[in-house]
Amino acid sequence: MKTSQIIFAGFGGQGILFSGKFLAYNGLIAEKNVSWLPSYGPEMRGGTANCSVIISDTPVGSPIVSEADMLVVMNNPSLEKFESAVVPGGKIFVDSALVDMKVTRTDVDVYYIPATKMAGDEGISTLANMILVGKLLKESGLFDFSNIDAVLDKIVSAKHQDLKAFNHKALSLGYNYEG
Amino acid sequence: MSEKVLMKGNEAIAEAALMAGCRHYFGYPITPQTELTAYMAKRLPKMDGVFLQAESEIAAINMVIGVSAAGKRVMTSSSSPGISLKSEGLSYLAGCDLPAFVVNVQRGGPGLGGIQPSQSDYFQATRGAHGDYRTIVLAPDSVQEMVSLTVKGFDLADKYRMTSMLLADGTLGQMMEPVSLDVGEITKYDKPWAATGTKMERPKNIINSLSLIPEELESWNLTRYERYKIVEENEVMYEEYMMDDAEICIVSFGITARVSKNAINEARAKGIKVGMIRPITLWPFPKKVLCEAADKVKAFISVEMSMGQLIEDVELATRCKKPVLLCNRCGGVIPSPQNVMDSILEADKIGGEQ
Amino acid sequence: MNTVFDRPHALCDVVLHYCPGCTHGIIHRLVAECLDELGIEGKAIGIASVGCSVLTYNYFNCDMIQAAHGRAPAVATGAKRADPSNIVFTYQGDGDLAAIGTAETVHAAARGENITVIFVNNAIYGMTGGQMAPTSLPGQITQTSPYGRDTKTVGYPVKVCEMLSQVDGATYLERVAVNDVKNVKNAKRAIKKAFQNQIDGKGFSLVEVLSTCPTNWGLTPDKALKWLEDNMMPYYPLGVYKDKYAEEAK
Repeated sequence: MKTSQIIFAGFGGQGILFSGKFLAYNGLIAEKNVSWLPSYGPEMRGGTANCSVIISDTPVGSPIVSEADMLVVMNNPSLEKFESAVVPGGKIFVDSALVDMKVTRTDVDVYYIPATKMAGDEGISTLANMILVGKLLKESGLFDFSNIDAVLDKIVSAKHQDLKAFNHKALSLGYNYEG
Repeated sequence: MSEKVLMKGNEAIAEAALMAGCRHYFGYPITPQTELTAYMAKRLPKMDGVFLQAESEIAAINMVIGVSAAGKRVMTSSSSPGISLKSEGLSYLAGCDLPAFVVNVQRGGPGLGGIQPSQSDYFQATRGAHGDYRTIVLAPDSVQEMVSLTVKGFDLADKYRMTSMLLADGTLGQMMEPVSLDVGEITKYDKPWAATGTKMERPKNIINSLSLIPEELESWNLTRYERYKIVEENEVMYEEYMMDDAEICIVSFGITARVSKNAINEARAKGIKVGMIRPITLWPFPKKVLCEAADKVKAFISVEMSMGQLIEDVELATRCKKPVLLCNRCGGVIPSPQNVMDSILEADKIGGEQ
Repeated sequence: MNTVFDRPHALCDVVLHYCPGCTHGIIHRLVAECLDELGIEGKAIGIASVGCSVLTYNYFNCDMIQAAHGRAPAVATGAKRADPSNIVFTYQGDGDLAAIGTAETVHAAARGENITVIFVNNAIYGMTGGQMAPTSLPGQITQTSPYGRDTKTVGYPVKVCEMLSQVDGATYLERVAVNDVKNVKNAKRAIKKAFQNQIDGKGFSLVEVLSTCPTNWGLTPDKALKWLEDNMMPYYPLGVYKDKYAEEAK
């Protein structure tokens, strides 16, 4: 019986909610119980955004994550806000191209990935979020990486099918990143 | 079973309504239910339906009255302050014996309040506006249940010619969960009472809530309450969770019932015998099962996101046979499993002191 | 025997509750005659409002819906959108249409809702016993303006046709009166046109009918007609305020 609780946090427009949705769809395809809960309200409109994802072998109780197994952050305020919410032994994924703070906790595994820079270098500047998700998939072992195309099929709208290859590329970059 | 998809609660309600045969939607934007309105705006025009953004919540509910009077399935949705505006129409729907499906994705109040989730419209939903009437109130605790209860809500509305209200909250409206859209057969109801034009073939139909003769108005109310009695006898829904050997019974609905489940599992691991009765229909309220539980458990805990509204129905249903503790947060704050755990520990002491 | 005058089929054979000398009865008859002559009674859905015309649902022979105070245009919107082949009309007084239901009226017009609105303006709240209406005249004495309507404190009457003439969505707006035979005949022509517009799918039509309230004006029926001519008609000039299709045809 295993339950993973993940928080994604950053600015609106960074694809925070999409990242969470992608992970939740991985869970759906793997026939797990999943929930995805976004922050909503004025903070969405240009301010900070976050979402909570729960992936579990058993039915999900409360969808609210107060103790996260994993945290993905894409700005300083998010690290400040959520660092303490990670359980001991948990994992924090930091976009080190945007976050200049360091994680102060010593009881968690921290991964610094210059995702925004990598994305810029590769010509996929809007997909730094997916680079971070790629790294999360690698380090968490939550899901089989070979499923990502099936997940992208579900989540990328019919209008934007051309974006699937870019997402695949970003996820692979993160998955293979050794920092 | 159809393939599961991830959907937001608000969107799942909209899709379920379409599957239930609803082709008329009237609404007004308000957080945190706006996705529902937007979903309808996108889908209805492509299926020869009617989507109309009304000038106010008041106009929207009256447009609902017009469609319902004309015999078609129709709905509106809003969040707390908007439901206050719709209250007038809810009373008229009842007085005219018209079916309607209304969604309240609650936020904190009173007044403009906030936009974070709340259950503080419990009294408003279960007690309603002016006059003697009842509303069927359905309280889902998952996106899947939002689908099934939407379909059920339309059915009950037509079956009993009354309003059924889906009482959700901001969390359920905003969250995504896997959901099956396999809703089964939809029952169609004849509506010989509807205002569809006489075609010069039948006497006219009048949709009306006015009577200036007290005895006549009383008889209308009595007839209506006979129907309500049938609803109370046949349509009560609830879920029992770990109640077989429970000594403490949590009563909670919607999102707080899920928070409570986390706490119950934790308490069970510590050997505390706690269970839950989750009302799915808030009206008709599951009085019987709660009254029976009162003979078995030593205490109840009402877990709610309001200042003690559900608790009044728990006390009434259990006839105050056992103490009822209140575990609550309000104003948009969701109780944590730890909040519930604290109440469980407090309730657990009750037996020991005697 | 050759029948030369009879009750229209669309008007129920019942005693109306209106006070002696009230012109609601004339307006009811005109609406019913139009339903008959256009052959639309079987498709018609009437929306009764709140006020003196609240019991309208007992008087017209077509299907009827009784709406909450001021909400008739919204209810009509629903009934029309549920089945556009219905012929939907509201029958509203001044308090209903121009005070509590102003938003519903303006927005139904703005949407170009394909409905027919019969607006009866008698410058007073009749049903509740003669209080000041949104259309009560400056200086007019009513129960709630016992010293006369003081425009300094309660403002000016709402001129509905003039106001709606600024709304792009409105199709046809005309103010008529039922104070004499000539005007009654003219009122019927306008009401018929408002229904014909709906049949033709032309959109929102409203006919404002200046009407009397002898009881609450405290006048005999004949003096009430004179008061309408002397006081209401100068303030609320009769005529066509908008006729979109006539303007386009020019």
